[in-house]
Amino acid sequence: MMIYLTALATGAMFGAGLVVSGMTNPANIHGFLDVTGAWRPHLALVMMAAIAVALPFFQWVLPRLSKPVYGANFLAPLSTVIDQRLLLGAAVFGIGWGVSGLCPGPAIVGIAYLEPQIFGFLAAMLVGMRLADRLPSPSAKT
Amino acid sequence: MIATSIFGGLLIGLASVSLMLFQGRIAGISSIVYRAIFQLKFESWALTFVIGLVLGPLLVAALNGPAAPVFELAWWQVTLGGLLVGFGSRLGSGCTSGHGVCGISRGSVRSVVATLTFMVTGVMTVFLMGMVL
Repeated sequence: MMIYLTALATGAMFGAGLVVSGMTNPANIHGFLDVTGAWRPHLALVMMAAIAVALPFFQWVLPRLSKPVYGANFLAPLSTVIDQRLLLGAAVFGIGWGVSGLCPGPAIVGIAYLEPQIFGFLAAMLVGMRLADRLPSPSAKT
Repeated sequence: MIATSIFGGLLIGLASVSLMLFQGRIAGISSIVYRAIFQLKFESWALTFVIGLVLGPLLVAALNGPAAPVFELAWWQVTLGGLLVGFGSRLGSGCTSGHGVCGISRGSVRSVVATLTFMVTGVMTVFLMGMVL
């Protein structure tokens, strides 16, 4: 039970952070990416503040813990290979991010505003995820 | 807006710490949404986390009054953008949160490379849209 309650509270905290920082507003994302126009650096501040909290934990606290409070184990991505999937995926992601001014977090949070465009974005996003699943995986099976 | 950016970022960082501390998982929203919808039997808390994300704005509204974002996007931006964001985040194993916040904080070279890559293509896309549209 507690694993669900803490996940709910953590999600709410994450969502509140996205709203407070203005990252749910596509104009702020476009403003950040528009470096040759009216540049708005706020996204960089949001990322730096988030990293300022998360980095010390991941670097110095996490290595001393043996298991999470409610979960079975700590799970972090194992791959360290910079391959075509990573580069192509990130490049395509950036184009979609630039086109729409939205990424997955703000899009989910946007459900709360019952904005029709959010539902259109999310439907297209899920289709895109499924299309990526159809690509052959380089490592045998996942 | 500087103070709210920093405060919001601190909340996001704290939530990333919390998800690793309690669930033992990286707070990468694209993967969590994928799991919540397509693989819920493996990580059943993922859906609760996603519901929590939607409650976030209601929490802020209760404390601070409603602040709905302004959407002035064209429908082609919404559908094309969504398709590419979904495809790219799945193929590249992460998005702004998983690579940009958690990955960089873990010191993952893959995440640093991914973050720089999507920042560059995002900037190029906005630049090209400004020239064409």
